[in-house]
Amino acid sequence: MLECREITKKYGRKTAVDQVSFCIEPGHIYAMLGPNGSGKTTLMKMAVSLVKPTSGAFYYKGQPVGVDSRREIAYMSTEPYFYNWMSAEDVGRYYQDFFEDFSMETYHALLERMELDPRTKTKAFSSGMMAKLKIAVTMARRAKVYLLDEPLNGIDLLARDEIIRSILEAANRDVALVISSHLVDELEKVVDTAIFIRESRLADVCEVEALRIMQGKSVVDRYREIYGHGGEQTC
Amino acid sequence: MEFNPALPIYLQVMTAIKREIVTGTLEMGARLPSVRELAVQYAINPNTAGRVYRELENEGICFTRRGMGTFVTEDAQKVAQLKEAMADELARQYLDGMRRLGITREEALRRLGRFSPVSVLEEKGE
Repeated sequence: MLECREITKKYGRKTAVDQVSFCIEPGHIYAMLGPNGSGKTTLMKMAVSLVKPTSGAFYYKGQPVGVDSRREIAYMSTEPYFYNWMSAEDVGRYYQDFFEDFSMETYHALLERMELDPRTKTKAFSSGMMAKLKIAVTMARRAKVYLLDEPLNGIDLLARDEIIRSILEAANRDVALVISSHLVDELEKVVDTAIFIRESRLADVCEVEALRIMQGKSVVDRYREIYGHGGEQTC
Repeated sequence: MEFNPALPIYLQVMTAIKREIVTGTLEMGARLPSVRELAVQYAINPNTAGRVYRELENEGICFTRRGMGTFVTEDAQKVAQLKEAMADELARQYLDGMRRLGITREEALRRLGRFSPVSVLEEKGE
């Protein structure tokens, strides 16, 4: 459904993404794993055409990504992107104006469950509240692909549980979710496929239950193999 | 629930559900959560949750009614068999663990007798 075809991205002399190819299919939850600076964010931004590849391209349903595909691909960036005078309610309206697939009803239900008051201004939000707000506004879209950049970063355990719950509730047969993280164990049970990015390159793509069944290894074990020493492909 | 991330998640959830069935927490014929609900409840991948039900069905422990959902078997004999199998498995694990410590089978069996029901519960902190 969403295909990354031989993408390279260079910033000056630095190569942020180097000849990366993979495919995202509906009905799956993917973890995009790798240390900070390995190229995960750049890849996601290219998938929603916020960044242009130096060579190669992302294709959505066979067409190069662009304005049209953004209607069906929901992207949550790491940096906060709301004006601080906005209340949580305003953020919802702002999204409603931008995206046809945004559901105010789902948004309000998510806010309520995450114990966020729609009237609160975002400038009064803690980092945990901000993380929950970003998830609520993203998951309130009825998108076909969700790209979530570090949704679990820097927030407490309970907020993490809520975020994981929202992610699982959005998952279904017609939807693909990609979650980037450098916190591997958080995603261990939630994803079915792990995409490992190492030093701008694709290091491995693993089906995680198969990894446990065939090799008795956790995603964390595989992560250590890849980033600890060498990173030879075994699955 | 605590998971061992190096063991298949579907097997661990299957065991948890089986335990609820043999202890009666889940009654015979009871409706089980939907695949989606199961995924949310255990915070696991929905495909893994689907596999849990497929495997439980293969083992005859639950069954699906079209459009109605998944239910615990109504076969009391099946549940009794399951309890037997789970008890055997625990006993096997115990004996296996003892053997690996170099403790004889006789000694392993004798050792069990030293634990009264009360002391076992106390050690678990219950």
